[in-house]
Amino acid sequence: MIDALTVSGLDCFYGEVQVLHGLDLTLRQGEVLCLLGRNGAGKTTTLKAIMGLVPARQGSIKLSGIDLTGLPAHEVPKAGIAYVPQGRRLFAEMTVAENLEIGLNTRRKGRATRETVLEMFPLLRERLKQRSGTLSGGEQQMLAMARALCVEPQVLLLDEPTEGLMPSMIQKIREAISQLRQRGVSTILVEQRVDAILSVADRVSFIENGRNRETLEIEQLRADPSAVKRYVGVG
Amino acid sequence: MAFGPHLLLAVLEGLVTSAVLALTALGLSLVFGVMRVVNVAHGELFMLGAVLAWAITTSIGGNPAIGFIAALLLAPLIVGAVALAAERLVLRKVNYDPEATIVATIGLLYIIQQLALTFYGADARPVLPPFNVRISLPWFGYSGYKLSIIAASALLLVISWLVMTRTKAGLIMRATQYDRETAQAFGIPVDRVYAGVFALGAMLAAIAAVLIVPISQAHYLMGQDPLLLSFIVVIIGGLGSLRGTVVAAVLIGVSDGVISVFFSPTLAKMIATLLVAMVLVFRPQGLFGRTAR
Repeated sequence: MIDALTVSGLDCFYGEVQVLHGLDLTLRQGEVLCLLGRNGAGKTTTLKAIMGLVPARQGSIKLSGIDLTGLPAHEVPKAGIAYVPQGRRLFAEMTVAENLEIGLNTRRKGRATRETVLEMFPLLRERLKQRSGTLSGGEQQMLAMARALCVEPQVLLLDEPTEGLMPSMIQKIREAISQLRQRGVSTILVEQRVDAILSVADRVSFIENGRNRETLEIEQLRADPSAVKRYVGVG
Repeated sequence: MAFGPHLLLAVLEGLVTSAVLALTALGLSLVFGVMRVVNVAHGELFMLGAVLAWAITTSIGGNPAIGFIAALLLAPLIVGAVALAAERLVLRKVNYDPEATIVATIGLLYIIQQLALTFYGADARPVLPPFNVRISLPWFGYSGYKLSIIAASALLLVISWLVMTRTKAGLIMRATQYDRETAQAFGIPVDRVYAGVFALGAMLAAIAAVLIVPISQAHYLMGQDPLLLSFIVVIIGGLGSLRGTVVAAVLIGVSDGVISVFFSPTLAKMIATLLVAMVLVFRPQGLFGRTAR
């Protein structure tokens, strides 16, 4: 089976500081791959590099065969990747409907897409006219995911979607991720806590010092959680 | 003249100033808001609009209305093109760095000003208004053209508001203003948005200049007052707020008119500057601005 996304030998810098050192990553078709690692390990930078928001100095990024390396940042989502940034980064002064419209405009999707997305997050339908900055944290996270899904992506990048949410909301976000997997969306999920991902991830890549140290099937990890201790520091 | 009519005259004069100021300041605010670029050359783009209005009306001749309409259409387009070139050749090259763009636009200010001096000269030259109608009020007659400036400005401000809030272009500009990185992640070509916004800001200044030039003449140094007043308006009104820009422009324009008529223009400038200081101390985000995220 062809891989959904392949990252190989990626070097990224913030100014003179090298953040990613030859990072390799493979996202299989239809799976949820989780990136685990400490603060500052390079997880968020990896996602930003895939989106073209941080330039790659070395290495390549390929979306099912299409080379994304070096594309201008605004062309990357048009190839079929959507991004839910850390901290949600909604256009807080705009309404829920306007945030969704920005998502839809990315690949010129229309009503049908919007309906599908709203069916997944029915709560948002009641809040379409509301300013998105006034939503609760969980609702904002849903909107951030809904906005990304308006792109109708093959690949979805989620950066700490459960950060700061109450448990019932975390559960809803997890359900949404599983639902997307059933629809064949391949997802990269960045998390800091392993318990947040055990139920949704297919594989886990451990990121440390800008490198992908090890990638494990979730069953392997369940059987032997020592890797978590090694790379994340806590069980 | 009695006090009442005298005041009415002062307010009308103030509203004409406000009308032109609101358009000029809106251009500055748009560029500042979306691109975070302080365009020190904004006043020179205004001046360029006025000088081009003179050049166009003079070369067409004939009925002043035809020349004026041509100027109103062509001058903003030419100024927009100049701004677009400056954006591509200068601002983009310094990567929109806030400090570098200030220095770069100061340079632009002198280039435009000296080119105007070289090719247009140091004289103030008049442009004929498109029509000469005096509206006779019970106490005094008032220029119909001046009233039409107020109407034209109001119309353009309403159009700007509709574009910003109701159209896809407005949505894209607001998204870029709010969070350029996330905008890019949703396929918005921020680079092209910047180019368009810079040109649009310049065109607003040029339109304002063409409207005012039949009353105030075109001169190569005429860009300085509008620049200063536009900054005052943007600071008082609040960054990126259209409503704030309009309210502040009316406030500054009318108070300038009234105080200039009854006391002195210098006092009007002093009070405006004091108002800016007060706003900066007590409400740094401006009257209608929102606190930075």
